[in-house]
Amino acid sequence: MLDQIDLTKLIFGRLSWDAIPFHEPILLFTFIGVLIGGVAVVGALTYFRVWGTLWRNWFTSIDHKKIGIMYVILGIVMLLRGFADALMMRAQQAIAFGDNAGFLPPHHYDQVFTAHGVIMIFFVAMPLVTGLMNYVVPLQIGARDVAFPFLNNFSFWMTTFGAALVMASLFVGEFARTGWLAYPPLSGIMGSPDVGVDYYIWALQIAGVGTLLSGINLIATIIKMRAPGMNMMKMPVFTWTALCTNVLIVAAFPILTAVLGMLSLDRLFGTNFFTNDLGGNAMMYVNLIWIWGHPEVYILILPAFGIYSEIVSTFSGKRLFGYTSMVYATVVITILSYLVWLHHFFTMGSGASVNSFFGITTMIISIPTGAKIFNWLFTMYRGRIRFEVPMLWTIGFMITFVIGGMTGVLLAVPPADFVLHNSLFLIAHFHNVIIGGVVFGMFAGINFWFPKAFGYKLDDFWGRCSFWFWTIGFYFAFMPLYVLGLMGVTRRLNHFEDPSLQIWFIIAAFGAGLIALGIGSFIIQLVVSYLRRESLRDTTGDPWGARTLEWSTSSPPPEYNFAFTPRVHDNDAWADMKANGYERPKDGFVAIHMPKNTAAGFIIAALSAAMGFGLIWHMWLLVGAGFIAMMATIITHTFNYKRDYYIPADEVVRVEANRTRLLDSHV
Amino acid sequence: MSEISNTSTATMSTAPSSRYYVKEHHPENGTLLGFWMYLMSDCLIFACLFATYAVLGRNYAGGPTGAELFDLPLVAINTSLLLLSSITYGFAMLAMQKKQVQTTLVWLAITGLLGAGFIYLELYEFMHLIHEGAGPQRSGFLTSFFALVATHGLHVTFGIVWLITLMFQVGKHGLTHENSRRLMCLSMFWHFLDVVWIGVFTFVYLMGVLP
Repeated sequence: MLDQIDLTKLIFGRLSWDAIPFHEPILLFTFIGVLIGGVAVVGALTYFRVWGTLWRNWFTSIDHKKIGIMYVILGIVMLLRGFADALMMRAQQAIAFGDNAGFLPPHHYDQVFTAHGVIMIFFVAMPLVTGLMNYVVPLQIGARDVAFPFLNNFSFWMTTFGAALVMASLFVGEFARTGWLAYPPLSGIMGSPDVGVDYYIWALQIAGVGTLLSGINLIATIIKMRAPGMNMMKMPVFTWTALCTNVLIVAAFPILTAVLGMLSLDRLFGTNFFTNDLGGNAMMYVNLIWIWGHPEVYILILPAFGIYSEIVSTFSGKRLFGYTSMVYATVVITILSYLVWLHHFFTMGSGASVNSFFGITTMIISIPTGAKIFNWLFTMYRGRIRFEVPMLWTIGFMITFVIGGMTGVLLAVPPADFVLHNSLFLIAHFHNVIIGGVVFGMFAGINFWFPKAFGYKLDDFWGRCSFWFWTIGFYFAFMPLYVLGLMGVTRRLNHFEDPSLQIWFIIAAFGAGLIALGIGSFIIQLVVSYLRRESLRDTTGDPWGARTLEWSTSSPPPEYNFAFTPRVHDNDAWADMKANGYERPKDGFVAIHMPKNTAAGFIIAALSAAMGFGLIWHMWLLVGAGFIAMMATIITHTFNYKRDYYIPADEVVRVEANRTRLLDSHV
Repeated sequence: MSEISNTSTATMSTAPSSRYYVKEHHPENGTLLGFWMYLMSDCLIFACLFATYAVLGRNYAGGPTGAELFDLPLVAINTSLLLLSSITYGFAMLAMQKKQVQTTLVWLAITGLLGAGFIYLELYEFMHLIHEGAGPQRSGFLTSFFALVATHGLHVTFGIVWLITLMFQVGKHGLTHENSRRLMCLSMFWHFLDVVWIGVFTFVYLMGVLP
């Protein structure tokens, strides 16, 4: 009898039928919806017999372009999930006053705001940023692929399986109820004995490995694989920001790994890193997680700055104003981002001198950032500005981000922070910079580079709709929160007593509705553009009259990116080539050395997710089996020495001849 | 910038396009750089653990202190095993440079054995501590001690697994370009763990027995 129970425990751990939320109608209906949708998608894929293509050409692909696209798709899918959480919170706060308890009980509401934060940062913003860097950087520096193509595929799947674990928590068990950074002692085993925090830990650990490796990969790519002639000060600004972002990733994500590792040791083995008794120190967690967390926000915003820089100079038809100062500003922000983490907890009680130091370093960051804003303005000054959709997002960003930056400087003043910390003012501030900075940047980038990736532009009308709904919706949704924050309303509340506050929450909910229309317009934009792709077709490879190398090749680029490695003489390499009568070579093509696809990345990532699931539910048999299988796969993979192949010269000739025909047909 | 490119255009004699591409493929040797960056990221994990030890290392919570627990002669033997293994790895690399497959394998095997000896003694020490009631759950000090030392030990263990794998691969394919590169990476990894251990030995054990 006893053996029987132990075996069940060994296999299923803490998992039982109670973990499936049959009693929560919202979750149940979502689950049924997802199930029907999932079956429909799987059915359609099977019906059209595309599984094989998907597996061979996409899932196992180590082409940086395809991986970049998959990252962006992941980001958009997770945006829908994260935004659904946001809508639920806004709706709850708009109605839960006085006797009305709203529709989300605290237990559920706490999971919703935690999941919203985690998903938006780790599984929306990060994949979008990484995806764009993955797609664009090798093309901008004239490379064939990234430095470690296999690792790139592996990184993507680690991120994806991390996201899958977060999604699984919706239907099997529950997610953390701790807020997106899971401070102990609340996230300790005493405060959160259930699986929520474990889902949080292992989803982030698995995704974090992917992010770290992709950071290393892109640094090595940018350092080692630039086209001849492209010295550091001739790199496009987006590549510069990508370099700085990846340096930040490599320097920050190990800290997240370490601190989450310690938290999981506390939870699994009863150690005393962050406990209240036996010599633990919970504030150490808060310090460590923000030493990762502050650089993390710059990891997100720097590539967005790079995107705006490319767009502003392209659509103003001018060289970027102050290239050198732009680069130095980026590097200074990179360094300063490590000297400000304590401003997230001025109220910890470190004393006036420590708080002053971190307050001042925080304010100093606004100087290089301000320099960037002026550089963009001066680029536009006397430029021939074309108000295409990417440019709209950029201008929307410049206005919105400046407001967010100013409220940030307010919060950087320690005495002001003592009043405003943990309030809706803070929430409004960071949404102001993350939506106004990162999200607008990602939409700008997607609209800008979409024709490069797919060979046709995105529809203009629906792009404009998306932009206006998002921008106006943003102001409606978050300006009321500034007001509420100044009135002293704290964050993460699911019910209010004071009816005079309600009108502000209703305005905020209305804003969230507008943002929903913005997201809807974006989806419609994708569909409409696909349907109208023939009339939106880009045959030139350079639909915007842009300035950097990625526009010198065809849209979409051939598998090998460039038939011949470009040689660079100027920091706007493609503008320089166009100005000096460059004609693309039409003969003399040779075979091209390329890396070969492999399934190893997918398999290892899937096994690590299985192991993570086992760790969450204490299924020790699954953990052991998953670990052994993972090690075996890794070792087997190292025995595979045949990792490359040559694209034959004939094939290159054929692809390039096609491009010549396309170019000639539309002169 | 544009002046420069304009002048260089002016001095170009024929075929203005040919200055914009090169026919030969440019080099892609990023592995060692990439591995260095991985090592530095790993170094940050150790940095976190060292910082944690610095914060928690004197929180005995009424339990035993480092001075009472640490058996310095044992740790000294342990340290010498690991330092010696770095030297023997160096000999393996020298043999690799001379393309002597057998000698390389022998030195690698000795390195692996020394590493295994290190792990054995470390596990012995851990068992001993836990047996005495000084396990990782006892106090903040012991938590941070076990975390730091065991993380290093886990790294050495993975290093040994990697070393054995590489020995098979060198035995099978010889000292090819790929295998030499892999041996080089493992070499950096192994020496890196040595350096970290010197930090552990000094910071945890030697300073830990100070009154």
